[in-house]
Amino acid sequence: MFKIIHAQFLAPGIKRFVIEAPRIARKQQPGQFVILRIYEEGERIPVTIENSDRERGTINIVVQSAGKTTNLLNALNTGDEILDVVGPLGKPSEIKNYGTVVVVGGGVGTAMAYPTAAALKRAGNRVLSIVGARNKELVILESEMKEVSDALMITTDDGSYAEKGFVTDKLKQLIQNGTRIDLVVAVGPIVMMKAVAEVTRKENIHTVVSLNPIMIDGTGMCGGCRVMIDGKSEFACVDGPEFDAHRVNFEVLVQRNAMYRDAEQQSMADFQRAREAAHPDDDHACAGATGAARGGER
Amino acid sequence: MSPVTKKSANPVPIKDRMKVPRHLMPEQEPEVRAHNFEEVNLGYSPEVAQEEAQRCLECAKPTCTDNCPVGVKVKEFVELIVAGDFLGAAAKIREDNVLPAVTGRVCPQEDHCEGKCLLSKKVKPLGIGYLERFVADYEQRMGTHVLPNVPPTGKKIAVVGSGPSGLTVAGDLIQKGHKVRVFEALHELGGVLVYGIPEFRLPKRIIREQLDYMREMGVEFETDVVVGRTVTIDELMEEEGYDAVYIGTGAGLPQFMGIPGEHFNGVYSANEFLTRINLMKAYKFPVYDEPMLDLHGKHVAVIGGGNTALDAIRSALRLGAAKAYVIYRRSDAEMPARAEEVHHARQEGIDFQMLTAPVEFLADNKGWLTAARCVRMELGEPDVSGRRRPVPKGGSEFDLPLSVAVIAIGTSANPIVQSTTPGLGTNKRGYIQADENTQKTTRKGVFAGGDIVTGSATVILAMGAGRRAAKSIHEYLTTGNW
Repeated sequence: MFKIIHAQFLAPGIKRFVIEAPRIARKQQPGQFVILRIYEEGERIPVTIENSDRERGTINIVVQSAGKTTNLLNALNTGDEILDVVGPLGKPSEIKNYGTVVVVGGGVGTAMAYPTAAALKRAGNRVLSIVGARNKELVILESEMKEVSDALMITTDDGSYAEKGFVTDKLKQLIQNGTRIDLVVAVGPIVMMKAVAEVTRKENIHTVVSLNPIMIDGTGMCGGCRVMIDGKSEFACVDGPEFDAHRVNFEVLVQRNAMYRDAEQQSMADFQRAREAAHPDDDHACAGATGAARGGER
Repeated sequence: MSPVTKKSANPVPIKDRMKVPRHLMPEQEPEVRAHNFEEVNLGYSPEVAQEEAQRCLECAKPTCTDNCPVGVKVKEFVELIVAGDFLGAAAKIREDNVLPAVTGRVCPQEDHCEGKCLLSKKVKPLGIGYLERFVADYEQRMGTHVLPNVPPTGKKIAVVGSGPSGLTVAGDLIQKGHKVRVFEALHELGGVLVYGIPEFRLPKRIIREQLDYMREMGVEFETDVVVGRTVTIDELMEEEGYDAVYIGTGAGLPQFMGIPGEHFNGVYSANEFLTRINLMKAYKFPVYDEPMLDLHGKHVAVIGGGNTALDAIRSALRLGAAKAYVIYRRSDAEMPARAEEVHHARQEGIDFQMLTAPVEFLADNKGWLTAARCVRMELGEPDVSGRRRPVPKGGSEFDLPLSVAVIAIGTSANPIVQSTTPGLGTNKRGYIQADENTQKTTRKGVFAGGDIVTGSATVILAMGAGRRAAKSIHEYLTTGNW
């Protein structure tokens, strides 16, 4: 059992948990994630680690409500416990002094991008960050990102905050302005990472993305998280989750992440019905829940 | 090897024993069990077990024990069954095998203890596996274990992985008075016994009982620890004070064939397919949250001829598959699966497409599997494995309509421990180098065994490695000699 020391919504449907997990806290490095399971009949889902505190023995995770499990998770509060938390999983981000790095965080992906941005800054890079969200409310970790960036640019799809547009618009601007970019790190929805990859491919800028395929054990056993890299199968849990964006087949990732859409929708519908029956007046229940469950989790 | 005439409790004269046929294992009817996950074999009654035990020829030089990777004293435990001392028989097995209820069910006895049984010259070999299972289950029903009483040595051993080899090491070393803690990456203990082998062949209840017994003996367990990530081997030894470490992390990532279309939706690795069913109980969706593709009325095939392949396809059948195929590129004779499983699978109606190999998977325009394009094979000259190499027959291509294909052609080494343990030697294929007799690795105080050393093998071979490791760990801890 892993105790929740603190729980707080960062945005509608996006919650940060501080969890007592001393072993994981000691080892966590940027780019890594955890897998958790909240109750006996629950599924195992990969979740972003946003930060950790070695001394206190805690890790921070950030979760966006998407399907049943993430909604149940986000209903937990300070003092509650999570049945299983395992990690830190995946290879850490490769941190060194590249020169100028653009870190792109899309939606809840910003939580995954943040520790990498911070580490790149500590390693002496000039860090230019671009954070994108659907609207003002969903912009997360703004002050944290600002603190570790030489410049922070924010875009919202609907223009309700900062600049209207997409993260790729900002990235293109930087390139057009002649900014020398040595590395781009992008974490967010698949469509966003793919769009970033297309922009930087033309400019020959090395680009790293963090992939979020279906995953079960996360320890190099089941092979469920296989992604297609340069036409060959690789495994996000042991070979990733970060990959060279220009070698990733994003279409296959989208296709494979849709494998359980019917089951996910059924789970979510059953869950919503049960919750509405229990709390008929609660109409905020599923803030943030949208379409595909998979992919929103990390 | 010749039968002896010493006085025994066995009322059946030696010369008559060769005439008694092997007692059949009672089992669920094939047409019933093909639709449930209950155990196929139902187990001997005490009467049948005693009658079967009476068939033993009591060889002076028993080949059964010689051929057992953990050296179970078969003749002695069988004699105890003849004498009606079932608990004594269980204790006798436990001297060499900490998981008798497991091996009694999943061990390929035909390759080991029963393989050279003298009885098979006339009738079928002694049902050693069935007898082992009987006494282990009997002991469990009685709820009595004899707990070993040994003085503590003050030494601490970390066991990485709670599969069959890790549990063997833990069970053996706790009985020597050492402190043992087992680290498991998953949320459940048992390794391949829980995520790999299905309920109908090895009920999870059996593993839980074996684990309870180990806890009673004092073995400590910690789940959710991925050694190499959550904590390293070096940290275990230097900071947590372990005097020795045993690495038994098991089978690694699944291998794929490298043919077009393996990424289509509906193509699974056997590890993922079985993990969803066994560990995550996806077959109970939506009671359990982990989903899997609905197999009702679907055509499903597994590619491969090992135990994993049969476990996968027999699970698919139980989940409602309308057609369930095994596609295997060699012939019956080369199939590595346990004989009893092949027999059971045939009884259940699994369609074996032998001497057949897929060359490509086909899908609809949304990436969902629709068929496997296959080619028929014939056997040519023997290859490096000594088995005749399958060669494609020209013009034999055909499409087998499928909704789900499960690839069960083996695994490759899991890199996590190796890549985070400096100085730990590996072979060309990435498996950990360990001495065949002592299981010592290239790192002082670190031992390894099971699939992470040999590549995919069987439960009993992993347990054999665990036995050897426990012996040399004990030696190392008591003498200090490396």
